[in-house]
Amino acid sequence: MDELAPIEAEVLDVHKVYRIGDEVVNALAGVSLQFRRGEFWAILGSSGSGKSTLLNLLGCLDRPTSGRYLLAGRDVSGMDDDELSQIRLQHLGFIFQNFNLIPQSTVEENIQLPMYYLGINDQESLPRAQELARRVGLGERLKHTPIQLSGGQQQRVAIARALANNPNVLLADEPTGNLDSTTGDEIMRMLGELHRDGKTIIMVTHEPDVAAHASHRLYMKDGRIERIERGTTA
Amino acid sequence: MISKQTKREVALGLKSLLQHKLRSTLTLLGLVFGVASVVAMLAVGEGASEEALAQIRKLGSNNIILLTRKPTGSDNQDGVRMSIYGLTYEDEQRIAETIPGIRRTVPVKMLPKEGQLGSRKLDLRILGTTPEWFSLIKRKLIAGRLIDVTDEARRNTVVVLTEHGARRLLATHNAIGQPIRIDGIVFEVIGIIGDETLAGEGSELADQEVDAYVPMSVARNRFGDVVEQRSSGATIREKIELHQLVLEADSIEVVPQVAAAVDYALKRFHPVKDYEINVPLALLRQAEASKRTFNIVLGSIAGISLLVGGIGIMNIMLATVTERTREIGIRRAIGAQRRQIIRQFLIETVTLSSVGGMVGLIVGIIIPFIITQAAGMPTKITISSLVLAFGISVALGIVFGIYPAQRASRLDPIEALRHV
Repeated sequence: MDELAPIEAEVLDVHKVYRIGDEVVNALAGVSLQFRRGEFWAILGSSGSGKSTLLNLLGCLDRPTSGRYLLAGRDVSGMDDDELSQIRLQHLGFIFQNFNLIPQSTVEENIQLPMYYLGINDQESLPRAQELARRVGLGERLKHTPIQLSGGQQQRVAIARALANNPNVLLADEPTGNLDSTTGDEIMRMLGELHRDGKTIIMVTHEPDVAAHASHRLYMKDGRIERIERGTTA
Repeated sequence: MISKQTKREVALGLKSLLQHKLRSTLTLLGLVFGVASVVAMLAVGEGASEEALAQIRKLGSNNIILLTRKPTGSDNQDGVRMSIYGLTYEDEQRIAETIPGIRRTVPVKMLPKEGQLGSRKLDLRILGTTPEWFSLIKRKLIAGRLIDVTDEARRNTVVVLTEHGARRLLATHNAIGQPIRIDGIVFEVIGIIGDETLAGEGSELADQEVDAYVPMSVARNRFGDVVEQRSSGATIREKIELHQLVLEADSIEVVPQVAAAVDYALKRFHPVKDYEINVPLALLRQAEASKRTFNIVLGSIAGISLLVGGIGIMNIMLATVTERTREIGIRRAIGAQRRQIIRQFLIETVTLSSVGGMVGLIVGIIIPFIITQAAGMPTKITISSLVLAFGISVALGIVFGIYPAQRASRLDPIEALRHV
């Protein structure tokens, strides 16, 4: 069934080389992989395995040193900064370990942010932001600022924000890393729901428990794919 | 859409301003003082020059004023002989006939005479002049009428008192038609005119402290040209035909040429320099030039304080960018383009500098007011100085905001997101 879904993102022999002083680091040493629509991927690996570098590439925050990256049918590896910004704005949603909300903005303003950059006016974006806040269970906290919220609540705001531009692909970087296990489970259940709704989710984690929520698991080591576990959600 | 977006960005700017109240206030103080000093200094400069210019303008910028001056080293020692100097009737005639570009000439004779009205008797300063004098000085007529052409032609012994003279002679409106004795000759009081409203020291027209006016023809024929003055026991006898000669040029443009021609003509007949030429227009130009210099000097001083204010703003914005690195990373990750980040920070800086400019304007308006109240100095706030000062503060926001904004936009999103 999965094989029939169209390809959402595809990397073809991507390399990423960093130069730190005289030392050359091969963060990615030739990775090729297809992510199909509706899949929920967990990328696992020890630190330095290249999993974060891969996520940054998939998130169009970085460009590969060599190789190609196709997102939504377009080759983004050669795009300039403005074009990459545009791709992120239209196709991607980000969820971070430390939530990364804008501290001086309220809940609804944070959720509005992607729509603001999309050029959607307040009359349209505000009701949508409020609707998203309700969907993540924060309909009562619209005027709160992030510091007035708990970690779990902040991450829920971040999820609402990631959904504001209605992206196909959600990228999550250790989404439960700063949360206790109960709240972490809540967040994972929420991601599971989004997965069932048809979103493609790519998540970096180092916790097997968290990775168990995903439909596919990718193990990285030394900048290469170590192994892949395919299967339906646990 | 643009205005709404800008409105939100301005709101965002104000918000971050309010988040660091003390820091923002301190930053803004530099700019506030800069703007305030621009406005205040220009107001003081403008006020001072306005006063000077008003005095000069009163002399008439179309006029050239010739004054009789006692030549240096001509003091007669014995106290008996008479010194003869100054402008002559012939000078007036010659100038009027030979020099083009002069509309009219107004001669003035000064006569210190004893006058008596009723039982009151005192020394008067009397001015003999032609009716045209009154169109030069443009003074308010309080009662009666002025000396006219008929009085001049018929040598009518009539006198017009000034308010000042009337007060000294204790004359009221009833004095019109009354006889007044001057040097033994009976004159009829025909009018009273107002004093000069603003007696400034710049004025050289022979009109201050004058008690009365008589027709020129009468002054010349009845009193003659010899003036006797007693001072410290000795009698000084001087023969002066004209004390002053006012020339009115056809237009402002010809004033410098006419003045030069007059000087040239007079030089030929006055081997010893016993006259002086005053050109109000030249004084006016000079005053305007010094006003400009004054403004430039004051402006530069104020400009330096503005510059310091601007540097303060840049400093704080650079700090803000560092402090908000992660926010910039978040915005970039979400999809904000570099120019949108530049725009955001630039609007924030301009908002900051505009607030500073606004407060500065208010302070700048209050300071001249206090100066006027406390020191009695005239000040004048012009709209253009307000526009200038505010414009400069906004421009400073842009100039000093560009670098921090660019720095913000050049941050690598991945690095920025890692920033604590």
